[in-house]
Amino acid sequence: MDKIVIKTDNLTKRFGDFIAVDTITFDVKEGEIFGFLGANGAGKTTAMRMLCGLSIPSSGEASIGGFDVYREREKIKKNIGYMSQKFSLYEDLTVAENIRFFGGIYGLDSQNLKIKSQEMIQSLGLESQKNKLVASLPLGWKQKLAFSVSIIHEPKIVFLDEPTGGVDPVTRRQFWDLIYTASERGITIFVTTHYMDEAEYCNRISMMVDGKIKAMDSPANLKSQFSAESMDEVFFELARGAQRKAD
Amino acid sequence: MRQFFTFVSKEFRHVFRDRKTMLMLFGLPIAQILLFGFALTNEIKDSKIAILDLAKDPASRAIIEKIASSDQFEIASSLQSQAGIEETFKKGSSNLVLVFPVNFNEDLLGQNSVQIQVIADASDPNEANTLTNYINFIVASYQREELVTEAIPLQIITEIRMLYNPELKGATNFVPGVMALVLMLVCTLMTSVSIVREKENGTMEILLVSPMNPFLVIVSKAIPYFILSLVNLTVILLLSIFLLDMPFNGSYFLFYFESSLLIIAALSLGLLISTSTNSQQAAMLISLMGMLVPTMLLTGFMFPLENMPVPLQLISDIIPSRWYYIIAKSIMIKGLGFAAIWKETLILFSMTVFFLTISFKKFNIRLQ
Repeated sequence: MDKIVIKTDNLTKRFGDFIAVDTITFDVKEGEIFGFLGANGAGKTTAMRMLCGLSIPSSGEASIGGFDVYREREKIKKNIGYMSQKFSLYEDLTVAENIRFFGGIYGLDSQNLKIKSQEMIQSLGLESQKNKLVASLPLGWKQKLAFSVSIIHEPKIVFLDEPTGGVDPVTRRQFWDLIYTASERGITIFVTTHYMDEAEYCNRISMMVDGKIKAMDSPANLKSQFSAESMDEVFFELARGAQRKAD
Repeated sequence: MRQFFTFVSKEFRHVFRDRKTMLMLFGLPIAQILLFGFALTNEIKDSKIAILDLAKDPASRAIIEKIASSDQFEIASSLQSQAGIEETFKKGSSNLVLVFPVNFNEDLLGQNSVQIQVIADASDPNEANTLTNYINFIVASYQREELVTEAIPLQIITEIRMLYNPELKGATNFVPGVMALVLMLVCTLMTSVSIVREKENGTMEILLVSPMNPFLVIVSKAIPYFILSLVNLTVILLLSIFLLDMPFNGSYFLFYFESSLLIIAALSLGLLISTSTNSQQAAMLISLMGMLVPTMLLTGFMFPLENMPVPLQLISDIIPSRWYYIIAKSIMIKGLGFAAIWKETLILFSMTVFFLTISFKKFNIRLQ
């Protein structure tokens, strides 16, 4: 459990004069559920995009699954899954077609893909909906499907960018069950969120304020460190000093 | 390769599942052809003509018969006297009156020179002009056919021959134009909208995070539209050949090759538009405004470029469809080969390469 799969060292991203991500340094261990918290505009998404190879860092080092973010982006892409803030399956394709498409672009062969998609549809309880357009599913189901699709190729690490935005608490709880199941299979989870109750579900969290990491520890340790009752209080305590306005 | 086929088949699903896209893809060209072919045409068919035949001899009858059997005219009435002329115009029962003088045939044979009076309703000057031209043309052809055996002493006849399009059909002019228009519009619009849609829905990010090469993403997005455009082109071609009797005298291979060049140019323009905007509406507007208007006005099939002010002519030079229009006309109507159109092809080719290069470059920059 102690193998490090995400490692950053003074990772920085500048846009002109604006420093979106300011010298962040952290490690994430294999199989860990790592919560990446911060207010809107704190730089979470930018940091995550650098780790996924969508954006090239301005300076600093980072390696994902042992691969360098500057030189080995293609190898990183094969080893990660990604689910973005926006719901991102094709609404005009059916459930089964979406699974087949994403499996296909990750290079799964048809035999493997067939087994996988059957498994996935079964475990999500979507048998009766598998030939329906994704557009007709309720949002909670869509999110769960999107998550399952993002780990269809059994990546080492999956990046979730505010995966539960706009979803009711019950569905959110179910979504987290899926995350735990994936984590038990050894997939490392890197998740950003707004919801402080979700922060409690993580093994370890980091708090980002104005592009910098202000605190990083397990939820329990953070609460005792700030002598706070809940993660909400910890968050307020840290975010109070923020200069940037939420976008 | 597997990624590629997965992607292309998904892209086809998008197209076939979206009624609006299908309608635009196949409805637009058909509507255009039917509109330009039957409604918006400047050729005049079955125009009403009245005839005052004071001669009633074989020559006048032969000409009248020729007129009656032509597509352009329909004989509305036979007048009995000069007085009827004014009346027929006032009632609007005919647009043109033709008067054969007494002793028409005798004078024609005896004096080698005779006059027919053509009176036109010039309240619409263009129509009047066109109609009198038609009459001139019919009379001239009668002269050629019938009087060729007669020993005609020195006599100068203006012989009008309308090359490549003897019947002065509008279709020969607009079909290549509509093809250019549809290809430009459909390809540019479809590609830009389909790429921007992926950006808007957030699926583009997912694709970029996937191990699929971004250029492969773009290429596999473009391929379906390329194929559909060729299908589209074939539909237009079949419609115009079988429905509008459009001639096709050149090489089909050459024609499809040149069309592919235009399609690729349009696809890369679509890609270029998609890199500079993030909303489908904006992409649609830019494609429509940026493509439709200049293509309609400056390609040359609606308004002759030769008569335009120099600045407009210069602008028209940078519009790919303008060159395609010349090429398509040369191949389809004149049946010319590559030797005759290599210059236009080269220009079109350079434009295609140019657009392709900058759109790929811009796309690459965006990825950073």
